[in-house]
Amino acid sequence: MEAFAYAAPRTVAEAVELLVGANGSARVLAGGTDLIPQLQEGRRRASLVVDVKRIPDLCVLDWNPEEGLTIGAAVPCAQVAAFPRVQQHYPALHTACTLIGSVMVQNRASLGGNLCNAAPSADSVPPLIVHAAEAVITGPGGTRRVPVESVCTGPGQTCLAPGELLVRLHLPVPPPHTASAYLRFTPRNEMDIAVAGVAAAVTLDPAEGTCAHVRVALGAVAPTPVRAIAAEEYLAGKPLTDEHLRRAAQLAVEAAKPISDVRGSAEYRRHLVTVLTFRTLRAVRDRLAGGPAARS
Amino acid sequence: MKVTEKNGHEYRVIGTRPIRHDGVDKVTGRAQFGADVRLPGMLYGQVVRSPYPHARIKSIDTRRAQEHPGVRAIITAADMPALDTDAVAELGEGAIELKYASQLIMARDKVVYQGQPVAAVAATTRQAARDAARLIEVEYEPLPVVEDALAAMDPGAPLIHADLYTVTPGGGKAEQPSNVAKHIQYERGDLEAGFAEADVVIEREFRTAMVHQGYIEPQNATASWEADGRLTVWTSTQGAFSAREQLAQLLQIPAGRIRVIPMEVGGGFGGKIQVYLEPIAALLSRKAGRPVKMWMSRAEVFTGTGPGSPTYIRCKLGAKRSGALVAAQLYMVYDAGAFPGAPVGAGAVTALSPYRVPNFRIDGYDVVTNKPRVQSYRAPGAPQAAFAVETVLDEIAESLGMDPVELRLKNASAEGDRLVYGTPFNRIGFREVLEAVRDHPHYNAPLPERRGPYAFGRGVAAGFWFGGSLTSTVQLTFNPDGTVNLITGSVDLSGSRASLAMIVAEELGLEPHEVKPIVADTDTVGYTDVTGGSRTTYATGTACWRACQDAIAQLKVRAAQLLEADPDAVTFGGGEFWLWEEPQYRISLKEVVANLQKTGGPIVAKGIVNKLKMAPAFGAHIVDVGVDLETGKVDIVRYTAVQDVGKAIHPTAVEGQLQGGAAQGIGWALFEGYVFDGGVMRNPNFLDYRLPTALDLPMIDTVLVEVPASDGPYGVRGVGETPIVPPIAAVANAIARATGVRIRELPMSPERVWRALGGADQPASDDQAGETG
Repeated sequence: MEAFAYAAPRTVAEAVELLVGANGSARVLAGGTDLIPQLQEGRRRASLVVDVKRIPDLCVLDWNPEEGLTIGAAVPCAQVAAFPRVQQHYPALHTACTLIGSVMVQNRASLGGNLCNAAPSADSVPPLIVHAAEAVITGPGGTRRVPVESVCTGPGQTCLAPGELLVRLHLPVPPPHTASAYLRFTPRNEMDIAVAGVAAAVTLDPAEGTCAHVRVALGAVAPTPVRAIAAEEYLAGKPLTDEHLRRAAQLAVEAAKPISDVRGSAEYRRHLVTVLTFRTLRAVRDRLAGGPAARS
Repeated sequence: MKVTEKNGHEYRVIGTRPIRHDGVDKVTGRAQFGADVRLPGMLYGQVVRSPYPHARIKSIDTRRAQEHPGVRAIITAADMPALDTDAVAELGEGAIELKYASQLIMARDKVVYQGQPVAAVAATTRQAARDAARLIEVEYEPLPVVEDALAAMDPGAPLIHADLYTVTPGGGKAEQPSNVAKHIQYERGDLEAGFAEADVVIEREFRTAMVHQGYIEPQNATASWEADGRLTVWTSTQGAFSAREQLAQLLQIPAGRIRVIPMEVGGGFGGKIQVYLEPIAALLSRKAGRPVKMWMSRAEVFTGTGPGSPTYIRCKLGAKRSGALVAAQLYMVYDAGAFPGAPVGAGAVTALSPYRVPNFRIDGYDVVTNKPRVQSYRAPGAPQAAFAVETVLDEIAESLGMDPVELRLKNASAEGDRLVYGTPFNRIGFREVLEAVRDHPHYNAPLPERRGPYAFGRGVAAGFWFGGSLTSTVQLTFNPDGTVNLITGSVDLSGSRASLAMIVAEELGLEPHEVKPIVADTDTVGYTDVTGGSRTTYATGTACWRACQDAIAQLKVRAAQLLEADPDAVTFGGGEFWLWEEPQYRISLKEVVANLQKTGGPIVAKGIVNKLKMAPAFGAHIVDVGVDLETGKVDIVRYTAVQDVGKAIHPTAVEGQLQGGAAQGIGWALFEGYVFDGGVMRNPNFLDYRLPTALDLPMIDTVLVEVPASDGPYGVRGVGETPIVPPIAAVANAIARATGVRIRELPMSPERVWRALGGADQPASDDQAGETG
């Protein structure tokens, strides 16, 4: 590994100052499960590594009935998964936090890192999108809030300007009669990366039995995680019948712009989007009905 | 000692499960691996590797690297002896022509695979060595790449080696150079008449991927070339003597000047016989005058070492309605990678020898391509062949409406039946293994019901490995407390120290922990061949047994002194010497050992094995798979491995071999394979080269069948290689039974299964009712 300077600031302001000073050649370290292999293998370089785990704002994990869930950018997945409100209100995110890497990886890897590493296959990002999460980003010009679906701009690229730091994620309280799920497809059962992933969240109109609100997001099938707008619009106002789920699954493919690589062909990935969208929506329906939710 | 295994009360130690002698060191992290070697003044070495699979080297400029801070030595092929002879380096489990072996270590004039070393640098830190390596400027002229073996056989294909002429079945040489290094042939009977007699004939094509042994510990070597010309090498190797011999030949120095110290090995599976870094570290050390340590990254391991051979096999079998096989024809192309030496010979022999086939013809080809040069990988050549033959057998059983195990039983070779090259098998347990499968609860259990898109199927397949002998030396020395030092040249890959110590304990009437097994280096023990070929417990175990007989003979003389009797009047058993005629006069072996100084001084016992009969081990596996018909993903839901192990010395170790081999075979079947693009590997990491994890495998049940081998003590057979032979075909057969679709190309990855099932034509099915498939 090439030599780099290391700093562990105690405040967001100090961290931002360090990042600004490094002029784009600094890297942020939380769990390091992506960064350290990248530095070791020379896939990324850093003159300065800024360890953000000692900044209290980045280690917050909190829920309240008004604002919903706040997750500090450095909180490890295992801690998020163990937080009771997460499983209760954000099951898609809970699933993602138990799927990333392995148990050892989950003990280190943060959601902030998963988002900022901006891999198209990042497991936590489609669930964050369907839960309408916002990213709170602080930089030399102040603090801004950005919907998570706008954070990733391409493989390995985000909307964060040099000097900006992801501080935390906010997930609003889901309305009543809401459920969510995340399913991904990997050849192996663990220690693998999604060939395709689908998250969905549905809020039912209990009087009509129809979908009041639907979000579907796809991972690993486009340069960034994307929403499947056509599928969402189609389901709005309709009951979750098999027929509707099947049609929505077909429409979800419209949002997929996959590449062919060693992990799967574009054709296979598009096919997986239909299979996974159907199964994810079915799992959501099961959860709304209070039944057991399937995992792929 | 707790005896957990019924062993017919014949043995006190054999068949029990003592704690491994290397166990504490391994679990406490104290075992010394190559990475732990640290010497005063040690430098770090880094190899410069070719990014091109095929290119002429126009120039190598090392000037900038030479000036980099910390750099102490740089070498290229110019620093290696030029070896233009036709001499062959024997590796113990494979061979390679010396001139090719030299180029494999360091390219001369041209590169023939991506990752081939072209230069190396030693510096005071690893980072300095890496930085300097990047400063070495190599100018290449890319040449057309020959990636596929079948394309390489085309007469118009670009030649990888201008001096390579096909060795023909008769031993002659072709007149024109080509990429076909060797054509082998085995024939018996009348092929045409055989097929004419058949009621069912099935011919299929099979393709297997290039696969890596996947050992956890990367290759490493530390070399110290002393001022007086002595060379010491610490390395992770399956055979210290083989490494010494390769170094002597590659560096053209006498073997006696080289000491190879084998460190603990973090997995080999055949891939740690060929040397790679050892000669480079040695030359860097000679040039720098300081010890040099090197180790590979995982990407270097994938591209710069020797994986298992990818193959194309066409297999045609003919059978009577009764199930009797009457004819077989095999066309086998084994891809050797950049230099000749694919294991097509073993592939050809293991393919058909398990069955009595009166008429057959096998044509095998050893073909070079611009890929990493293959090496042994657990039963080298056999899994590929078994995939083909055992799959076609399954199809024959299906078309005849026969149980696949009954079909195999009908045709199974037994003692006296000939291998394809004519030699008869001595005692083998193939039939006993098949009967154990037929009668096993797993084979007779109902399959899970189909659940929605998940369909289930059961497959079986068989296979064997020869069980080699080669040469082993064992020395025993005795400590005053009655314990014994067992000094062996057999590197321990899998707990063999425990099994060897158990043999000594059994024979001398000691407890296993009273025998201290020590893996010695090339200066401190007699010549011993590699740990490979399933030979260690069999051949080195026999050497242990012989050493014990030598020790008993020597100790008997001392016992006679202490008992004041004639040595001929003394006998030994159960750890005691006594007088035949007067059994009340007795003395324990420990007491005799404690009194050695008084009775004439220390003794050293030896056991040498140079040639034992072949002890083939047959296995057959049962597997249940669940296939997701929508995604093509295959789950292994139940697995049973049955094998004739002769006699299980340490059953836990034997079971571990069966489980490990099955796990690796499942990896070949479902996950593993190099992905190439123009000869460049696209997946040189453990994320995209997928080994199965614990969560991808069920508990692998084992059944140990014990049919004694014809030679050696206790009937023991080597067991390590056979278990990787059946799994691939077993999984393929199970998938076929689950889906109705035969997949004949590896790996049977989800996408490949999905495509075979109809792929894009299929709409996603809805649900639990299961409308697809």
